Order: sequence, then structure tokens, then C-alpha cells
Amino acid sequence: MTLTVEPSTPVRRHASLADRARAFLPKIVLAPSFALILFFVYGFILWTLYLSFTNSRILPIYELVGFDSYVRLWSQPNWHMAIKNLAIFGSLYIFFCIALGLLLAILLDQRIRGEGVLRPIFLYPMALSFIVTGTAWKWFLNPGLGLERAMHQLGWTSFKFDWLISTDMAIYTVVIAGVWQASGFVMAMFLAGLRGIDGEIIKAAQIDGASTFSIYRRIIIPLLRPAFLSAVIVLSHMAIKSYDLVIALTGGGPGNATELPSTFMYSYTFTRSQMAVGSASAVMMLMGVAAIMIPYLYSELREREK
Amino acid sequence: MSAASPTVSPASARIARFVIYGLLILLAIVYLLPFFVMLITSLKPLAEIRSGNMLALPQNPSLDAWGKAWGSACIGVTCAGIKGYFWNSIQLVVPAVTISTILGALNGYVLTKWRFPGHKLVFGLMLFACFIPFQAVLIPMARVLGMLGLSNSTAGLVLVHVVYGLGFTTLFFRNYYEAFPDELIRAAQMDGAGFFQIFWRILLPSSGPIIVVTVIYQFTNIWNDFLFGVSFASGERAPMTVALNNLVSSSTGVKEYNVDMAAAVYAALPTLFVYVVAGRYFVRGLMAGAVKG
Repeated sequence: MTLTVEPSTPVRRHASLADRARAFLPKIVLAPSFALILFFVYGFILWTLYLSFTNSRILPIYELVGFDSYVRLWSQPNWHMAIKNLAIFGSLYIFFCIALGLLLAILLDQRIRGEGVLRPIFLYPMALSFIVTGTAWKWFLNPGLGLERAMHQLGWTSFKFDWLISTDMAIYTVVIAGVWQASGFVMAMFLAGLRGIDGEIIKAAQIDGASTFSIYRRIIIPLLRPAFLSAVIVLSHMAIKSYDLVIALTGGGPGNATELPSTFMYSYTFTRSQMAVGSASAVMMLMGVAAIMIPYLYSELREREK
Repeated sequence: MSAASPTVSPASARIARFVIYGLLILLAIVYLLPFFVMLITSLKPLAEIRSGNMLALPQNPSLDAWGKAWGSACIGVTCAGIKGYFWNSIQLVVPAVTISTILGALNGYVLTKWRFPGHKLVFGLMLFACFIPFQAVLIPMARVLGMLGLSNSTAGLVLVHVVYGLGFTTLFFRNYYEAFPDELIRAAQMDGAGFFQIFWRILLPSSGPIIVVTVIYQFTNIWNDFLFGVSFASGERAPMTVALNNLVSSSTGVKEYNVDMAAAVYAALPTLFVYVVAGRYFVRGLMAGAVKG
């Protein structure tokens, strides 16, 4: 991060002791927050990193043993499952949130009557806890009493939907619930982007005889590039951190069918007494998030400077 | 911008409008359905749930399940409903939101109007702290809370939420105060106003909107948190989300879907209420928290 030296706040010449104390006041006000963050965030990250190089089980042991726990982590079938699931969940979650978000935003941008009623409907799931979302979808998709039977009673007797208890399909129920929750948020991001586009460009294209479809494909969607970037970054970071939703919806099961790195970390650390392996998995998660967020935040902070 | 092409014939334009409205209404129904089903299930007796259609309206709506979820449903070994946990969440949210918002306002003020060499580095470190996966701090936090004697306590959770909310609150206020004219600050300094006077008399009176945005953002996040709650206060002092998950995932006895759903609605009500009365500010917070810097 670049450091810019800015003119310090005016301090009167012949500054008295009290004046000088006053000059320090801003830093004194900021210090406690900064200290908290240094200790509880960066200090704790280092602490976790250290633990990942030990042999800690149920309690921390501070004797270093090298890369042991990373070797053990990457030899766990559970961890491979978690990584594979994150890849499936993450890519589908990001793709469908963006596709649906973009569709909703474009539809809502057609001078819709009642936009003020419709928009909040697509966004309200974002106000809910993932635990509530998981509970609602767990019931909605209940193989015995939920959607399946509702369809049977409506006459569609061959309808079958047991993904929630299917080892192969359960991860897709997490995608469905996740997309339901976050796609409205992506819609809001795209809508803000659409409303920021200069109408003159569109008018010019219309006068040239371009069809609505090609205006969207050639002009509008390319102009939404910043919104796409933000959406991908935010969603991928949310995907890596996803924990509550899986716990409420499937509990990581059936078996380990919906294990994610976050659930892996929690269970290895707190229930399976493999703290070092849990720490190693947390470090891997942090590296994943850092690889996405640091370049993004860096470029955003620099852009602001211009 | 809005696309309306003047070259299309009226008939096909009408069909297009029809398709657009049809799609929007269909999607709106899909988005509403899970919550709607949750709500009507909470109003049905168990027998009707077992024999009837999930999508059908309740024949004799009753609030029995709501009463049971609130006051007598069994969570773990105690059968006193979720009311205690609801209260835990309130006791947790109020101080955590207040403290993190006040600190965020002061930090944003310092980082924009009293800049010092290195202010960007300080802000960058606070900003990145917003996005770390909390798994990377769980184990040390559990140890430190234990050492401080704050395990399984509301005070401990308040500390946790203040610390990990600071980055966002600072971000919100910093970006808001960045646009505040420096001339007004300088003029006040000429008049001899000090650090706190400037904040109190000049910045704070015009901070209404950003305070609302921050409070709503923090309230929603902290109320909906599960990971910290389940890690550091899973017993008597557990927040609402943890109690809800315990209730729903417990496998003992008869599965009372109506009680589960009523408890879920209780957990959803506070944030939904805020969303309905102040949706505009909720969206602003989401956007400010997503489009960084």
C-alpha cells in the first residue's frame, strides 16, 4: 500500500504542551480500534498459522513440527471432498447469482410499473439469517412432506425430488438456497450499474437501427463490467466463507456429501480434536480469500486516489 | 437507463411487455414461496402438515405452534422455548451495534479529516480485516475469551462482534466523511474549535443517513451471525440463530415442523422488520459493503 504524506493539521507556531497533546488527539482516538484489529485479526492469524505448524490436538501445543498437519490435511479424503464441493458450489453459485441477478435487473429496468413493490421481493432473502434460509429450504425440499408431495397432489405423480437426502445431489440444494438468498443482492448491484449508464449512447445506437438485443449484448452488458467484477469478487468471498447455510440445510451430510472447507475446519478443530489440521485448513481458506480480496482492495483504494 | 425502442410495432411491443411482466411476477412468486410456506406451515396443526399439501393455506389457522416455539419447545435439555435466546440476541446486538458504530464514526473522522502519514496503510489493514474468513481467528479467540473468563457470555460475544465489525463501520464512515468539505472543518479550526467540538457540532449533525446505514448493517449482520455464536456461546447464552439450529436439527421425539417454522419466523422477524421499514438504507449498506474502497 502506498503511503502519501499529507500536510499535517495546522499546529500554531510556538505550540504549547497542551497544543501538542491536542495534535496527538486524533491518533489517540484511532489507536484503540487499530490496536484491537492488529491483535484480534492479524495477531490471531499469526497464532493460527503457528498452530498449523504444531501437533495440537484437543488443546494447543506450542512445539513446532513443520508441515506435518498440511501433509495430513491434504491426505484427508474429507478435505478433498470439501475442496471439490467448494468448486461445485462456488462456480454454480456465482454463475446462477449473476445470471439471475442480471436477468432481474434488466427486466426491472424496462420502465416497470410497480418496480417499487417487485424489487424488495427479490432482495428480502438477503435480510434473513442463513440459518433461517436453511431451515425454510430444508422444509420446502423435504422429500416426504415438501415440494415432492405437493407436486404429487397437484397431479404430477412422477415428480421426484429427493436431492436433500441424495449423496450426489445434496450439494445442489445448497446452491439453490444460496442463489435464492444472494441473487437479489446481485440484481441490486447490476441495477445500480444500469441506472448509471448514459442514455445518450443508447439513443444513438437506436437511431443507427440496432435491435434491443444487440444493444444489450454490444453496449450495455460490456458497460456493466465493473458490476460484474464486484459481483464475482463478493460472491466468491461469500462462497469460501459459507458455513451457516450448509449447517442448517444439510449439516454437511448426508455423510460428508456437502462438506465445505468451513465445515471441515469447524469439525476437525472442535469436535474431532485435530486442532493442527483444523488450523491448517483455516490457513488454506485465508489464502484463498486473500488471493481474491487483496488485489481487488488494492486496486479499489488506488482508483479512489485518482 | 431504460430501453424503449421506437422502431418496434405496437403489437410486438405489447407482447414484449406481457412477457416481461409475466416473468417478473413468476420470479416474484418463486422468491416469496419458501417464506410463504414457512409462514403457513407455522399456522397449521401437525396432523394437517402430515396429511395435507405444503402449499395449501391452513384450514384453521392457529398460533399454537407460535406459543410453543416461544415458551415451551425443548432446546437441548431445557424446555422453555426460544424466548430466552431471543432476549440473549437483543442483549448482544444493542451494545455491539452501539459501540462499533461510535468507534467507526470516530475512526472515519480521523482517517479523513485528521490524516497522518500512513493513514492509508492503517485503513487498508482495517479494510482487509472485514473479509478474512473467521475460521482463521476462531481458535485464538476461543483461547483468549477463555483466559478473560468470557467464554459462553454475552459480554464475550459483544467483544467479538465489535472487533470484527469495526472494519465495516470504519469503512462506511470514512467513505461518507471523505465527501464532506474540508473547508468547513478548516473554518471551524480558525474559530478555535477542537477535535471533538468539530466532530460533535459539524460532522455529526449531518451524519444521519450514514448512521442509519451502519446501524442497520451491523444489526442485520450481528443478529444473523451463527459462526461466532456457536463457537463461543453455545449454551445458555446462545444467540437466537444457534438456538434455532439446535431446535430444528434435534432428532429426539416427534418432529414438530410447525414449531420449527414458527421459531424460524421469530428469528427472521427483527431483520425483516428493519428491511421493510428501512429497506433503502439496508440496500445502501449492502452496496457500500460490497463496492469497496
